Amino acid sequence: MTSLRSVFASATALATLSFTIPTASWAEQPIPVVATFSILGDMVERIGGEHIALTTLVGPEGDTHVYQPTPKAARSVAEADLLFMNGLEFEGWLERLAEAASFDGAMVVATTGVSPIAFEEHEDDDHDEHAGHDEHDEHDEHAGHDEHAGHDHGTFDPHAWQSLDNALIYANNIAAGLAQADPANASEYYTNRAAFVAEIVALKSDIDAMMAALPADKRTVVTPHDAFGYFAEAYDLTFEAPQGMSTESEVSAADVAALITQIRRESISAVFIESITDNRMMEQIANETGATIGGTLYSDALSGETGPASTYLDMMRHNATTLSDALGS
Amino acid sequence: MIWDLMLAPFADFGFMRRALLGCIAVSVGATPVGVFLMLRHMSLTGDAMAHAILPGAAIGYLVSGLSLGAMTIGGLVAGMIVALASGFVARVTSLREDASLAAFYLISLALGVLIVSNHGNSVDLMHVLFGTVLALDDTALILLCSFASLSVLVLALLFRPLVLECADPQFLRSVSKLSGVTHFTFLALVVMNLVGGFHALGTLMAVGIMILPGAAARFWAESIAGLIAVAALIAMFSSLIGLLLSFHYSLPSGPAIILVAGVGYGLSLIFGPVGGAIAQNLPRRKFET
Repeated sequence: MTSLRSVFASATALATLSFTIPTASWAEQPIPVVATFSILGDMVERIGGEHIALTTLVGPEGDTHVYQPTPKAARSVAEADLLFMNGLEFEGWLERLAEAASFDGAMVVATTGVSPIAFEEHEDDDHDEHAGHDEHDEHDEHAGHDEHAGHDHGTFDPHAWQSLDNALIYANNIAAGLAQADPANASEYYTNRAAFVAEIVALKSDIDAMMAALPADKRTVVTPHDAFGYFAEAYDLTFEAPQGMSTESEVSAADVAALITQIRRESISAVFIESITDNRMMEQIANETGATIGGTLYSDALSGETGPASTYLDMMRHNATTLSDALGS
Repeated sequence: MIWDLMLAPFADFGFMRRALLGCIAVSVGATPVGVFLMLRHMSLTGDAMAHAILPGAAIGYLVSGLSLGAMTIGGLVAGMIVALASGFVARVTSLREDASLAAFYLISLALGVLIVSNHGNSVDLMHVLFGTVLALDDTALILLCSFASLSVLVLALLFRPLVLECADPQFLRSVSKLSGVTHFTFLALVVMNLVGGFHALGTLMAVGIMILPGAAARFWAESIAGLIAVAALIAMFSSLIGLLLSFHYSLPSGPAIILVAGVGYGLSLIFGPVGGAIAQNLPRRKFET
């Protein structure tokens, strides 16, 4: 018994010790960090490299808006020194999770410094109110009911990563966050950031060229849900995704009819589907209007390892190429 | 005026025609079954069965995505397992059928939610629960119409034993060995119509179109044939009005349809000539004169 107790005591002492010693002195030990979703996770991984042990809460193909934290996620958060989040009310569940897990590390909001796009007011206020109500009052019980409630209301569009300019801000915030938590490796984080930024800039000039080549009458894009506001702003495109379209439980005949009318009127030639939404509706709309399905766009999550958008940069390139192929022809 | 309100939506948009056809198919197939559920005091069985098909549909989804075939077969299998298992338990143990059905459907529902949340994202669960009446493609329509036709045919074959079972289940059991067969075939029809209905309206709303028109018809007709006819008419009318409301007022289609049926039920409750609130409680003039 005595020996067991002494083992226990020393284990406790060791655990206490490991909490009291600043992480920086454990340079060989990767610091535990958590990123909320796959796109942000990819960026953090790029900049943190081998010095971090990254846990991504919402993995590839997952929908962050309706994510329901598991006990495992709470444990990751509790053990993490750093928590990377998108912000702009994208992760509505995070605050409760961090509180429940008594997270005491530093939170890095990746969109700090981004100039956010305000949600445009839609004509039918009923829907806005309804979506907002779902999000705020029933999120716990019925999180699943409002598939993309975050898109339909709120102050700002959270999908800031859809613009490469914003990705630079993300990279800066991530590098600064890591450097602050782990000063010993700060220079390495900034080196990784510089390499990442160089790739972003190179990709940006490619995409700029692709988008500039699109004819003026082919700049309207129809997607299942409203996630490309920043991309649209950067390249002067119009993305149409009628409200309610994102959520099967809220879809109304009026929304579908309005979209079909618009596609006919503007002779839009291609509509797009997304990886995280139900696409039967888009297929029916394509069928009815004679538009083609232009391809799959990735908005809120990366694809799996083998997919065409397994990293952030691949995702941006894939989306731009898909758009340019379908609209430019 | 009438053209703009009632016909233009269907003339201009193919998806509205498809939605209406799908709803009419569900109305024709499901309401007679709903009438018999009501007559057999089994209205809540429909609700239980709707939840029971969830894990089957979820497994079908996991196997092959949002595939109509896989989700249909999965739903049918899960529903039948629950129906057979609860019937079997009721016949070999002392537990009554309603209690064992409740037990099995709750197990099934929990299993379904577990499977969906573990493997899919929650979007998928919503499609099963709320359906996509505005996104019915050709295969879905063919499936709905086949289910409706098959359901009506089987019900025609089963009509006499079913009526007997409604009136006097003990009598049917004593004169015929077909009592059990009738009962399980009927449950199979319930499952089949719910699976068909969930492609259009989702599992939750499919029960509505099955039960509400039958309950409303109860206040308008006394014969079983009359009940079925009135119920089917109410269901089709609700589908039409619900879709038009959804079109003109931006309402979600599934709930709009069921709410119109609910309003129909409420009005029948008050104004229905057969046992409605007014007919029941007002002095009957025809006897006074």
